[in-house]
Amino acid sequence: MTVTKDDLIDFIYEEVRMLDEGRYDEWLALWLPDGHYWMPLDYKQTDPLNVTSLMYEDIFMLKLRVERLNGARTFSQKPKSRCHHVIQRPFVDEMNAEAGTFVTTTFMHYVETRLDEQQLLALTARHEISLVDGKLRIANKRVDIVNCDAAFGNIQLLP
Amino acid sequence: MSHYADNPDAIRALVQDKQVHRDVYTSPEIFRLEMKHIFANSWVFVGHESQTPNKGDYFATSIGDQPVIQVRHTNGDINVLLNRCPHKGTKIVIDRQGNTGKFFRCPYHAWSFKTDGCLLAIPLKKGYEGTGLEETQNGKGMKAVGAVQNYRGFIFARLAEEGISFEEFFGESLSSFDNMVDRSPAGKLEIMGPPLRYMHKCNWKMLVENQTDTCHPMVAHESSAGTAVKLYEELGLPADAPKPPAMEIIAPFMSPYEMFEDMGIRTWPNGHGHTGVHHSIHSNYSAIPGYFEAMCETYGEEKAKQILGENRHNTVYFPNVMIKGPIQTLRLFIPLAADKTLVESYIYRLVDAPDELTARTAMYNRMINAPTSIVGHDDLEMYERAQEGLAVDGLEWVNIQRLYEDDEDFDTEAVENGTTERQMRNQFHAWVKFMTMDMDPKAAPAREAAE
Repeated sequence: MTVTKDDLIDFIYEEVRMLDEGRYDEWLALWLPDGHYWMPLDYKQTDPLNVTSLMYEDIFMLKLRVERLNGARTFSQKPKSRCHHVIQRPFVDEMNAEAGTFVTTTFMHYVETRLDEQQLLALTARHEISLVDGKLRIANKRVDIVNCDAAFGNIQLLP
Repeated sequence: MSHYADNPDAIRALVQDKQVHRDVYTSPEIFRLEMKHIFANSWVFVGHESQTPNKGDYFATSIGDQPVIQVRHTNGDINVLLNRCPHKGTKIVIDRQGNTGKFFRCPYHAWSFKTDGCLLAIPLKKGYEGTGLEETQNGKGMKAVGAVQNYRGFIFARLAEEGISFEEFFGESLSSFDNMVDRSPAGKLEIMGPPLRYMHKCNWKMLVENQTDTCHPMVAHESSAGTAVKLYEELGLPADAPKPPAMEIIAPFMSPYEMFEDMGIRTWPNGHGHTGVHHSIHSNYSAIPGYFEAMCETYGEEKAKQILGENRHNTVYFPNVMIKGPIQTLRLFIPLAADKTLVESYIYRLVDAPDELTARTAMYNRMINAPTSIVGHDDLEMYERAQEGLAVDGLEWVNIQRLYEDDEDFDTEAVENGTTERQMRNQFHAWVKFMTMDMDPKAAPAREAAE
């Protein structure tokens, strides 16, 4: 399979649609097993390990996060939150067809709502994507919130 | 009309042996009085010395509702100044941290001040000649807090000029800070990165009380910790397989009531106390290679074992700090309004210890204390439901009588069953003490007549 720029762009659009529609099993299946979802706490943070991040989660933790959303005693999800992404056309920053590895940067607005509250976050998502067995998969994802150092209430779904 | 100001009897009536009136959580007047009395008369945490390592380094924060600056003076001491130009009131610094060199300079009219607050210069000073400026408080410079103490790197301040000494206020409770710092082979901690900042629409005391509430984890956190245990079991790994660090952190939240009963709670005078007298949810973390050896080198094996054998869970320092010694974490519950609290969660590195320990601490912080934390989500839900539920009329008292005993004496240290609410009662005992200690009942009638 030859990966085109459009394939990568479609992949990003499809991923956020899965998140907005709550299709988490499909979303988890996009991930390679050793991937990490990183959401830094600091502007231009470089170290995910030895200083605090908002999230730095492996597949086990992501699965736990998603599984919890549907639990009978998940009190902070009664009622459930909803989310909505509006994204710009992704930039394809790196395209290494031979290795099957790609990097995209996407600017997004993310809305999360529950009860009478709604919050808006502006995000930059950086995807490392790999072609494995003919399918595009997420190798790593970094989501920078533009006001990452601001005080937030609950952010319960996946920006 | 004011009801509680300079009315110590009315304040005392809010706290009974086994229950507290909802006004302590919901009344804007009580909140204002807390800022004026509790946060002025007690020793409040400001910051860590490693946040201002070099001369001129400053860090802006607050003590209650008072904006303050922690600054490293030219002589190396750390001062705490009120963040206000004595001229027109402009905040002197507005960023969270930075370096100001040898002096602060107000951006409005360029009045400048040494880093101990003393007035250094005023442009066109002849305009004040003969006006008596130097005799006013404004003419002296930036106001300093009443007293500052650096305890093993942790900076505390008392706003009031006169009052309880640092040693008397904290007493034996400082042993939790000692244990946290002693866990560094160099006897030194260093701040790691910015704090998590998590906004809660509830009263600050609900958060403080929750730190020694050992009957909620297995209930409120079933959705996160319970699901983690279930998912891990489904992986079908052998029972003796090493658990990943994330599981070591989250699984103990599902420990049975007996574990929490047996861990014990200790209370100290002036509202301080801690869970985990005998063990805690941090007791069974796996050993990090090289760490014990480094500790033995500094302290000798016996002392090293003693330090690492102490696994206190949460130590609460009245009024608004909690530390976790075994993982070098400090949480500050910053009161913003009767129904609004900002929680800042800081982590520290053990100097001369392996980096893996810092990584575990950072993992704990983001997994448990972040606005994105699946554990924090359910805690915040409980607090905010409580803040809303307290609106119910005709049921105006909050119950704190679990394992209550007659004639409890909060002026002496005590160790009790780990599920007691004694520490919450201890906090409210201190709350009344520091709230009323400088109230002036004689002032009340005059003011009310004027209204």
